[in-house]
Amino acid sequence: MKPEEIYEVLTQQFSGAVLNFDTELAGDPSIHIAPTAIADVCQYLAETEALAFDSLMCLSGLDLNANDEEFAVVYHIYSMQHRHSVVIKALVPKTNPHLPSVSHIWKTADWHEREAYDLYGILFEGHNDLRRILLPDDWEGYPLRKDYKEPEFYRGMRVPY
Amino acid sequence: METTQQTESKIIELKPFADEMVVNMGPQHPSTHGVLRLELKLDGEVVREAIPHIGYLHRCFEKHSENLSYPQIIPFTDRMDYIAAMNQNWGFCLAVEKLLEADESRNFEVPERAEYLRVLICELNRIASHLLSFGTYGMDLGAFTPFLYAFRDRERLLLLFEKVCGARLTYNYVRIGGVSEIIPMEPGSIAEQNYLDEIEAFLDYFEPKIDEYNELLTKNSIFSERTTEVAVMSADMALSYGATGPNLRGSGVDWDLRRDEPYSIYDRFDFDVPVAVDVPELGAVVGDCWCRYKIRMDEMKESVRIVRQILAEGLPDGPVMADLKAVRPPKGEIYFRSEAPRGELGFYIVSDGTPKPVRVKGRSPCFSALSVMQELSRGLMVADIIAIIGSIDIVMGEVDR
Repeated sequence: MKPEEIYEVLTQQFSGAVLNFDTELAGDPSIHIAPTAIADVCQYLAETEALAFDSLMCLSGLDLNANDEEFAVVYHIYSMQHRHSVVIKALVPKTNPHLPSVSHIWKTADWHEREAYDLYGILFEGHNDLRRILLPDDWEGYPLRKDYKEPEFYRGMRVPY
Repeated sequence: METTQQTESKIIELKPFADEMVVNMGPQHPSTHGVLRLELKLDGEVVREAIPHIGYLHRCFEKHSENLSYPQIIPFTDRMDYIAAMNQNWGFCLAVEKLLEADESRNFEVPERAEYLRVLICELNRIASHLLSFGTYGMDLGAFTPFLYAFRDRERLLLLFEKVCGARLTYNYVRIGGVSEIIPMEPGSIAEQNYLDEIEAFLDYFEPKIDEYNELLTKNSIFSERTTEVAVMSADMALSYGATGPNLRGSGVDWDLRRDEPYSIYDRFDFDVPVAVDVPELGAVVGDCWCRYKIRMDEMKESVRIVRQILAEGLPDGPVMADLKAVRPPKGEIYFRSEAPRGELGFYIVSDGTPKPVRVKGRSPCFSALSVMQELSRGLMVADIIAIIGSIDIVMGEVDR
């Protein structure tokens, strides 16, 4: 199925939660989903026979601009069975970034969500082990945010070199 | 009084099992292939839980990338999977090229000669990578000789790479729009002929060696005892955890991006995709450590086949670099994946139309493959942990980025 068709299917199923289909930019088009519904939509994508999205290729956090109000969480999913892919995006407010976890649907989301939490501070509700993965546990701040300022010292060591 | 209360509230409650012992394996353990720390919760010699702790080699690839222009990022990809750096360069360049192609005003095509050189060099790099995997896996399980053999052969490959780009490990050879011309090799020149002859000599030498190594290690009874029926990963489990490449094929899933979603010129070559099957005479079942290892041995043969086809055809004439004035992709985003030796290497790139990307995310095959560790190792013996780490073939540079 093409992304447009998947968008049609999703709008019929989740009318309120599917926000729009973004084809304006070059490259992959993406389907915007309301963050609260993301787990339900993903569950539907993974379990419906005609869609059968059985693998999550990549899950990334995204901060386009320091002045933006929102982060994005981007899901690149693929179906080995039907050989089609789709890009799902959910925008979460920067003030309290949280959305449901999809780690119960695809296990690979477990570590990818931990990484997004580690580097962007996005909280994934329902994740059973949400802690830092790449940075030390006592690191302050979320480095991939565009407004991030690196600390002067970390455990007595100078950080900017 | 206050201080006592504070200390009291800081006491962490631990409720271990009666005989549970916590052992740290790594980060500086030779069989963890880099700096991986495993927190083992043991009941005698049985592993109740093995929790991987990663990040010791985190070098902020993604943060660095946001402050660099696209060509400047390529050397950083070298440092991700330093065992197969050519493939990492290529994966990144493919993603950027795909985004550049989305700009219709730009007429742009990677030259034929560059495509052939890319496949040639990257398949050789795949052999080098699998050789290292073969050698170190043997050493992890107590066989020292395969390691020496593997490094002897890998050395010849590294010399071949050195001749084409001047570096042995971090090549920066594949560039956006073609390949590097740092060491010129004119089409049809003696230098080119000598280089191709040298590759052919290596292949003639190496191809029979694969069978020798199979005799030496693959069919070795001590080795197969240690690896067969250990840590069986089902196909569903591999898919759900995002294990790709040899790990996925080792679980019996017939999937290879080079064949199923052909990029570059892979559709012109004839090669098979090795998929694991049960081997009753050794006791191997689909999805165990032995099968994952065996896929790599078989893949080396297929890489040799691809390289031989290129040598038979000869390199086409023409330039090795597309006419790209500046690398400035249009506003947009792309996710592109390619088949690196360790699996599916994806790059997610977001561009705002400036020479620097807004976001670069490397989807590392080892990162996903390592996350399966915790489930795979439950209930096994400590010595099996070593067998698992070697069989999923991780490179920590790529896990931690």
